[in-house]
Amino acid sequence: MTEILNKTPLHALHVELGGKMVPFAGYDMPVQYPLGIMGEHKQTREKAGLFDVSHMGQARYTGDEAALEALLTCDLALLGAGEQKYTLLLNDQGGIRDDLMVSRPDGDGIFLVVNAAMKDQDFAHLEAGTAGKGKLVRLEDRALLALQGPAAKDVMARLCPDASKLIFMQCGAFTLDGVEVLVSRSGYTGEDGFEISIPQADAVRIARLLLAQDEVEAIGLGARDSLRLEAGLCLYGHDMDTTRTPVEASLIWALAKTRRERGDFPGAAIIQQQIDAKTSQKRIGLTLSGAPAREGAEIATKDGKIVGVVTSGGFGPTFNGPVAMGYVERDFMAEGTELDLIVRGKPRAATVTKLPFVPHNFFRG
Amino acid sequence: MTTRYTEDHEWITVDGDVATVGITVHAAEQLGDVVFVELPDTGKTLAKGDEFAVVESVKAASEVYAPIDGEIIAINSVLDDAPATVNEDAAGAGWFVKIKMSDASQLDGLMDEAAYNAHIA
Repeated sequence: MTEILNKTPLHALHVELGGKMVPFAGYDMPVQYPLGIMGEHKQTREKAGLFDVSHMGQARYTGDEAALEALLTCDLALLGAGEQKYTLLLNDQGGIRDDLMVSRPDGDGIFLVVNAAMKDQDFAHLEAGTAGKGKLVRLEDRALLALQGPAAKDVMARLCPDASKLIFMQCGAFTLDGVEVLVSRSGYTGEDGFEISIPQADAVRIARLLLAQDEVEAIGLGARDSLRLEAGLCLYGHDMDTTRTPVEASLIWALAKTRRERGDFPGAAIIQQQIDAKTSQKRIGLTLSGAPAREGAEIATKDGKIVGVVTSGGFGPTFNGPVAMGYVERDFMAEGTELDLIVRGKPRAATVTKLPFVPHNFFRG
Repeated sequence: MTTRYTEDHEWITVDGDVATVGITVHAAEQLGDVVFVELPDTGKTLAKGDEFAVVESVKAASEVYAPIDGEIIAINSVLDDAPATVNEDAAGAGWFVKIKMSDASQLDGLMDEAAYNAHIA
């Protein structure tokens, strides 16, 4: 039986651009274009890349914000107009149901962006958790584009000058080529850049306009993955899931200090106990030489004891070598710890390395 | 010298009883940028169909299977430091191994260039 795949509003454009289409999170998406993953990765680090992330889930929440906040790890009272925050959706055991962005781009409540593969579950969970107190509206008629890379600001200065004045994790409603768009200065590559939510009827025209700029090339999911891995950013379902808490996932920074003090987030008792007692495992970065270690590769001590597992791994084109993230027992999490990664039965020497592997290049003003 | 091809996108050229094996230009294009090639040790004995090498692209690892029975008598150590040679010259400088064949009659079952081109068309 063939799976019926969804298509984003840009699907025909991807095909026209020579995108190699693959199934991803229920969508038929471009894994790469003729430039290739290596070239697309470098293009994004050196100039600018345009990503279609319309498969991700966009929604608006209006109503009692305390009801929404109770499901998350951020402090919505501290989220000002024009601000965006990375936050986590937790279950009652403190396990990570998803990671998401919340923001206030305009006067109309909270704008949320969740992972494509999780959107149905997330929205159902948010609706159930806020029933009778707030209203969640899925924005299925909007596309989402990410313009990433050091030249992204020059492109935006040309096409949407007001949005180019945002700094990292700020957002707003702007007009781009006559279309009302929601723009945030953020992304998933470690580079400076923008995410642009567009009414789907205008998405292809805006994408073509962005691609027509000299600095910009279309980038597929392959480079999106290698870029985020070098930036040390988690991929949901791989580097974190409901079996991992924010403490284990090294994402405790996404838990607002005020929420931690109040202890009013899901799984608070478990998470507080893990903070105090220091949990058994932690997400760390690893570098190695030779063969890339992929997801599922075991992490061993030099005397062969298995102490963890790789959750994301591959070749880092900018780092110019294999990089991986994984979970290890706490005794082995210190930077510089020498370990082995078991690749096809052979131990490959690896070193625990500070994340990110490639420095972040965010514009903080 | 005749080049023969497998359905798994390897090429073989034969000189006496020694076969040189690599992956096809088509396979290299499909894989994209090769970042690492894991080759076997010389002296290893292979049976047709055995996995003998792994090609890593940015995205994924792909196995390479022995097209014939024999013993590995040489590996292309150029690929250790310059795996991208596979992309640059898959049919030449990007060769993987040389195999001393134990049953040359196995070559008869492989495709010629026209048949391979039809296979990937």
